[in-house]
Amino acid sequence: MRHDLILRVIAKLLIPFILLFALYVQFHGELGPGGGFQAGVIMAAAVIFYGLIFGLADVRKLVPERLVESMMAFGVLIYGGVGVAGLLLGGNYLDYFVLDPDPVLGQHRGIFWVEVGVGVTVSGVMLKVFYMFADRGGAEDE
Amino acid sequence: MLTAATVVVIARSRNLFGVIVLGGLYSFLIATVMVALDAVDVAMTEASVGAGISTVLFLAALHLSRSEEARPAQKPWLPLAVSLAVGGLLMYGTLGLPKFSDPGAPIHTHVAPRYLNESPREVDIPNVVTAVLASYRGYDTLGEVMVVFTAGAGVLALLRRRRRSPEP
Repeated sequence: MRHDLILRVIAKLLIPFILLFALYVQFHGELGPGGGFQAGVIMAAAVIFYGLIFGLADVRKLVPERLVESMMAFGVLIYGGVGVAGLLLGGNYLDYFVLDPDPVLGQHRGIFWVEVGVGVTVSGVMLKVFYMFADRGGAEDE
Repeated sequence: MLTAATVVVIARSRNLFGVIVLGGLYSFLIATVMVALDAVDVAMTEASVGAGISTVLFLAALHLSRSEEARPAQKPWLPLAVSLAVGGLLMYGTLGLPKFSDPGAPIHTHVAPRYLNESPREVDIPNVVTAVLASYRGYDTLGEVMVVFTAGAGVLALLRRRRRSPEP
């Protein structure tokens, strides 16, 4: 598929918008439908789209495997870290009221970081699974 | 109707590529059902995961295998009977449920009113689904993230070893 001009042009046109939409879903999840999980999946979908059109080697250059693997663990750490931050500030685990002097703002802050953690982990796992599958396919073709 | 037709075609078809594409179609149809039920968050997840990512992953898996399903050795009457019986039992079970959108149903009188009434004051986020997911049910969501992470780690452990073994 590497030399298909139409696919390449369309992909280059679409991918920025898909990424933007993922960010919108991530950070607008408190106001409308969406949240970390959906945003992570859309983000991964954009990168997978790039990988399908431009090949696995190019997408590996863009989003290296090390980054993807650390994203998987890092998202869980962010989520757990929010809980630990609540503990350090004198609340219960995953208690957001203590994250800010104003309890409602503390809730906002907690939910924001938790959603970021979910998004990072989900997109990392989806991308890693895609890399694994695509890698096996490529190895058997050769 | 359309969903039922899709399911029948998926069950009868032997061409796995067509089955995968129809599976994506099925996910989109279910997503529209979710929108009709006002569960927009679930619809979005269904559309992006069911129709998007899993279709791509199935295609990647199909790339590794043959694209025609092998003919089964015997006619699958017993599995068909079992699934029909289980489906019938589930249908029978729904008769005991409260009517759709009945305001007196247990689900509307248990914790839902508290979430709906108190979350503007306590959390002040317009999307109550997000408030429940990330704040009131924070532990559950943490568990879900752990599950996703564990699944990814499992795939990593399985596929990485197999890829290395034929090399030396």
